[in-house]
Amino acid sequence: MLDLDPGKYGAFLWPAFAISALVIGWMVVDSLLSARRWRKEAQRLETLRSNALQSETGDRSLP
Amino acid sequence: MFQALANPQRFMDFSRWAAPLVGIIAAILIAIGLWLTFTVPEDYQQGDTVRMMFIHVPAAYMAMFCYACLGGASFMGLVFRHSLADAAGRACAPLGAGFTFLALVTGSLWGRPMWGTWWVWDARMTSVLVLFLLYIGYMALQAAIDDEVKAARAASILALVGLINLPIIKFSVDWWNTLHQPASVFRAGGPTMPPAYLWPLALMAIGYMALFGSLWMVRVRSEVWRKRANSLALQAAG
Repeated sequence: MLDLDPGKYGAFLWPAFAISALVIGWMVVDSLLSARRWRKEAQRLETLRSNALQSETGDRSLP
Repeated sequence: MFQALANPQRFMDFSRWAAPLVGIIAAILIAIGLWLTFTVPEDYQQGDTVRMMFIHVPAAYMAMFCYACLGGASFMGLVFRHSLADAAGRACAPLGAGFTFLALVTGSLWGRPMWGTWWVWDARMTSVLVLFLLYIGYMALQAAIDDEVKAARAASILALVGLINLPIIKFSVDWWNTLHQPASVFRAGGPTMPPAYLWPLALMAIGYMALFGSLWMVRVRSEVWRKRANSLALQAAG
């Protein structure tokens, strides 16, 4: 049976759970966003490099 | 296994499926733990504030565990120059700081109704505050030095010196007089806590551990991509 009424201790209990949820939420979101950002950046630079290499080899193969 | 995962490519292949899987396990464990948190009976002395234990104690465990991981990664980075060790340390620090902040804040919110004070400068609380400052110092040092190799070396030395704080935190309640209660789970003679409280505590602690494992893998992946992007940007500029 769920007991969600902490009575006079609610003023201490609920902020503790709320802050825990906020901090854990921040850890999850920050980790995922940071990973996404750097993955995209690495992929973008990788594509730029491969395009530059292709155009370089293409220029050399011209008659 | 550590030797195999020290290779960045192998780590990336492993963590691609392991990070989400461990994250799902963490979510399930924490959900069950939270449900049990609000179904256990009130404590005869502490009343409903006993429910604070199920978020405070796992956060405190993780604060110390993350620092042990940070120390291990720093040691590997300094001594064996493993390519992933620095990334592993950098990934630990913000997560450890988050858990330590939670341990301090939830402890303070638990202390006010039970002890009649938000804070006292006793050995346990002060040593945990020092742990939080060590995490902040590690991150600040990493950010303050432009040369990443020098930054990693300086931060690793700080992390290794800070390891001395872990036994101080653990045994502070035995060595000095303190408001904080002594160990009631990891102690000689077994836990003193009734099983009704031990189960949700164990589930939440394992859930927090799995959450850390999952987020740590995500952050190490992020570090690998960041280094890759920086190296490609340098190549493009040169």
